[in-house]
Amino acid sequence: MILSMPDLLSAAPEMLVLVMACVVLMFEAYAVRGQADTAAAVARPRVAGYVLTLATLLAAAGLTAFTASGVTATAFSGMFVDDALADLLKLMTYFAGIAAAIYSRQYLADRALMRGEYFALLLFAVLGMMVMISASHLLTLYLGLELLSLALYAMVALRRDDAVAVEAAMKYFVLGALASGLLLYGMSMLYGLTGTLELGKMAAILAGGVDEPVVLAFGLVFVVAGLGFKLGAAPFHMWVPDIYHGAPTAVTLFIGSAPKLAAFAFVIRLLADGLQPAHGDWQQMLAVMAVLSLAVGNLAAIMQTNIKRMLAYSTIAHMGFLLLGVMTGEVNGYSAALFYVVTYVIMSLGAFGLILHLARAGFEADALDDYKGLNRRAPWLAALMAILMLSMAGLPPFVGFYAKLTVLQALVGAGWIWLAVVAVLFSLVGAYYYLRVVKRLYFDTPHSLEPVTATPGDARMLLSVNGLAVLALGLLPQPLLSLCLQAMRLTYG
Amino acid sequence: MEFSAVIFYLFAAILLLAGLRVITAKNPVHAALALVLAFFTAAGLWILLEAEFLAITLVLVYVGAVMVLFLFVVMMLDINLEQLRQQFWDYLPIAALVAGLLIVQMILVLGGETFGLNPPAPKPAGYSNTKELGLLLYTEYVYPFELAAVILLVAIVAAIALTLRRRAGVKWVDPAVQVKVKREGRVRLVNLKPQKPQAQSEEDA
Repeated sequence: MILSMPDLLSAAPEMLVLVMACVVLMFEAYAVRGQADTAAAVARPRVAGYVLTLATLLAAAGLTAFTASGVTATAFSGMFVDDALADLLKLMTYFAGIAAAIYSRQYLADRALMRGEYFALLLFAVLGMMVMISASHLLTLYLGLELLSLALYAMVALRRDDAVAVEAAMKYFVLGALASGLLLYGMSMLYGLTGTLELGKMAAILAGGVDEPVVLAFGLVFVVAGLGFKLGAAPFHMWVPDIYHGAPTAVTLFIGSAPKLAAFAFVIRLLADGLQPAHGDWQQMLAVMAVLSLAVGNLAAIMQTNIKRMLAYSTIAHMGFLLLGVMTGEVNGYSAALFYVVTYVIMSLGAFGLILHLARAGFEADALDDYKGLNRRAPWLAALMAILMLSMAGLPPFVGFYAKLTVLQALVGAGWIWLAVVAVLFSLVGAYYYLRVVKRLYFDTPHSLEPVTATPGDARMLLSVNGLAVLALGLLPQPLLSLCLQAMRLTYG
Repeated sequence: MEFSAVIFYLFAAILLLAGLRVITAKNPVHAALALVLAFFTAAGLWILLEAEFLAITLVLVYVGAVMVLFLFVVMMLDINLEQLRQQFWDYLPIAALVAGLLIVQMILVLGGETFGLNPPAPKPAGYSNTKELGLLLYTEYVYPFELAAVILLVAIVAAIALTLRRRAGVKWVDPAVQVKVKREGRVRLVNLKPQKPQAQSEEDA
């Protein structure tokens, strides 16, 4: 057997991130050597990992942008694919990682978490997402998912003296393992049926018709259930609120942003790359999951008093919208879902970034009542929060409106008018709890009138850019919309 | 029925029973031993599939190393069985309901007809499973192989990050410093002038 040299250039960003994650680890291991083990030294923030992480993600973004050509290239015996969709999602992942690092710096430093391990795990998680985004083989898809999940479990538990965080990590780990089991069982059925793990070949075999439609349906049920777990879509959503609530806010910010891009890539690769011929079967399952997610997410969010929990339920509802875009099974629907997930990640980064920005040592700022009368204490932050909440509710002129609109257009275009009506109705219900936050910001009297303590300028600046981007993309959605459509056309055209 | 089919069903039945014992045994040591049995029978099934390398690895690694370690851990833990069982019975009705529904659905979907997945064709006589695996692992499957290595690395990093505590003020010795110690750091040579015996005894006193 002769091995042809794999096309390593297309996987260069992955290699860079892997090497740099190891460098961060080594730096951490050797930089603390020789320091006295005093309480001050243990608690002192170590910025080397932070700086290296930012540099790595920027360099990876440069590499990906440099090698992006719009041409689909495969490497490693067809297990790795580099196409327009992968490039777009990877770039967004890097920027989400960078924003997550910058937002969480002060929070981590206040809680003695500012260490190399955190950033090494963050880089490994980013690597897992990149592997998932570029996977064209069930094996790499699954390994990328496990790499991401393992790093996230550890990040949730990193504040090991906090009982709530440890409990959240336990729940995340057990339910994540269960979901992986379901997914693997379904994959083994698909492998037994088609005899291949490669997604492209699987689609070709399925398109030729299979002798045993029962086996296909059986495998699909498990695969889709596993996907539902990983996305956090109802009825597999129970872990989302507990983990969002229990994890340190910096980790919640990370879990709530970049992994959604990877989960979207996972769904698209598996269902559109590998199982497109079985579209009729998975479409109904996704429709049920989408409607349930919209119902559970929007109704349960109304009762929450903790803003992290509220945003967790709102995530479930947003995932419902994402599934609505995917279930159409057409390029228009896929690109609508892509646009939706990209804008959702931008909004989610901003919202959790604001919670981090208001948190101080010993104060989490995660109760809804902490936001009462924020306008009087910090008018600019209150305005940013209002922009993000109105955008999540789907009000024009913010980008959330266009995200919902494109998904609804794709749905109506595919003839699913009743689903579009249901989605609009639940969005109306959802608008209530977003508007309730805005009411608290502007019309309630605050507990105290003390101004918000100064936090680092870079986080504040990025937060402003983030909030204004939501407004700017809402006023001019066309460039991003056409970028998403073009990426999908190039990949699945 | 062929002889290999008889063996397959025998092994499969033992595997299922052992698996059932793993989750129903009240004593954790018994559960661990049942798991060992399950691994053995699974290895037997792999031998039937002509995957002798995987079968031997399963016995050597899982039965030989992992399960022995596991047994030690289980024996060292002081587990209150009564307490564990109380929680178990609390959730049993719901769990049984869900499991029953799943089984009924599976029977409805799959019942009556065979599942339709055919066994692979037997391999020729000179076929070496180990050689094939080795070749594939480092050529075609090198990317997943590396990814699996990264996953193991993350597991190590996570385990250390979650358990290693650098407490302040703990008295400990850095082994590296200890190893690097040279004679100059510990022994001080003092140049004494030769003295008469009685002078030295005075000094001792």
